[in-house]
Amino acid sequence: MSSVISEIRKDYLYNLILKGERADGRSFDQYREISIERDVIKKAEGSALVKLGSSQVLVGVKMQPGEPFPDSPNRGVIITNAELVPLASPTFEPGPPNEVGIELARVVDRGVRESKAVDLESLCIVPGKQVWIIFIDVHILDDCGNILDAASLGAIAALLTTKVPASKFGLGDDYMLPVKDIPIATTAIEFSDVLMFDPGVDEESIANTKLTVISTTDGNICGMQKSGTGTLKPEQIYRIVDIACEKAREIREKFLEV
Amino acid sequence: MIAMDENDISFFKDGLRLDGRRADQLRPVKIEVGVLARADGSCYIEMGGNKVIAAVYGPREVHPRHLQEVTRAIVRYRYNMASFSVEERKRPGPDRRSYELSKVSRESLEPVILTSYFPRSVIDVFVEVLQADAGTRTAGINAAAVALADAGIPMKSMISSCAAGKVADTIVLDPMKEEDNFGQADLPIAMNPSGEITLMQMDGGLSREEFHQAVEMAMKGCRDIYEIQRKALVEKYSQLEAPAEEVKACE
Repeated sequence: MSSVISEIRKDYLYNLILKGERADGRSFDQYREISIERDVIKKAEGSALVKLGSSQVLVGVKMQPGEPFPDSPNRGVIITNAELVPLASPTFEPGPPNEVGIELARVVDRGVRESKAVDLESLCIVPGKQVWIIFIDVHILDDCGNILDAASLGAIAALLTTKVPASKFGLGDDYMLPVKDIPIATTAIEFSDVLMFDPGVDEESIANTKLTVISTTDGNICGMQKSGTGTLKPEQIYRIVDIACEKAREIREKFLEV
Repeated sequence: MIAMDENDISFFKDGLRLDGRRADQLRPVKIEVGVLARADGSCYIEMGGNKVIAAVYGPREVHPRHLQEVTRAIVRYRYNMASFSVEERKRPGPDRRSYELSKVSRESLEPVILTSYFPRSVIDVFVEVLQADAGTRTAGINAAAVALADAGIPMKSMISSCAAGKVADTIVLDPMKEEDNFGQADLPIAMNPSGEITLMQMDGGLSREEFHQAVEMAMKGCRDIYEIQRKALVEKYSQLEAPAEEVKACE
């Protein structure tokens, strides 16, 4: 939402929206083309390169044994990080993550955690002493809008390819990380009472309000995040949630279910 | 805290919650306006076991200068937890959680602040959580909104904030610590009095029906809090007689 966009382009997009159209010809609830390439980084325990239209996000999963948190001695740990590296957009700057990057990582984390996609108890090695730590690292490579949905998709796709590197640490044979759910994040923006899914970078910059809904395989909601400086009416939220759950189901069936 | 199994706790006794509330009842809310002498506006709030103080400075000059906007004031919001506000000492200073909460809290207030009245300036909102008991972001937003009004910042309306949660398969209003820690979902929202939502977050698991129910319950909570905010402001300002009185406050 911070990217620079000329007034004339804003006007053009606005007038298109009033006519019920989008610049790339999509319908308001249509996603751009999605492609997921799995296991692209051999050094990582799991990885996925997601393309959402021209947006590109690479997610890598690394695992290592470590200490559990004192309040959950029998549970593995998930740590999600996102890097908005400067090669991805003229508005990204080098340096420690800013609040946009932190929010992105935390919402991706929310999806994985709250859907209970990874059974943390199965990641316990020695109760209270040693558990598996899963690092989910999100690298945004090209920001052409809606990198949050792409990052969430990348995270779960990467987890689905993750092999627990037990032999490397003398803990038996390697095995596939058990993944129990497939949370899918879908994001819509609101602009003069029009709800648009999978916003491109220009669309993001004209809208004040964005709502991300993360839903699980059983059609329930496991996470939400509104961002931006606008307001949403409850009816708009309910509509986004309904469409979001439907879109999530389509994406899940097409790309991630075996 | 000793790890407790979520199945071990019973959240309801005789249809009431652990602290004796009904499912759709708020914890007691207490709001005091103008509690700090130096700040342009301030507010202290207690929501159940939460004790939160908010201060507003500005509109004032932006430092660093490059952050200033030519057409409007920028709003900064800093959510900070005191190290002693929680059971286990929290390491002082911002962490990832507080960055995210600061961002969404700021975005929950910005829709009603008339920032275009003060180009090239900043409105700073500082929120300190002194004691935490689940729902600190909502308490912070409530206090910040009142502090903004107390600072005389032009606003389109008040903002009120409240969470709904799910415990033992029941939707409850304003979850307290136990319900938040071992509950099944948490849904904090903020809204203006006409029901437009400016903060919406959710974690846990809710069906769509439960989600509707939770949103409606949280909105009802916001409306109740709005009345308390309004009353607190009216109470302070109806007592003021002449502007001279305020000068004394700092001496």
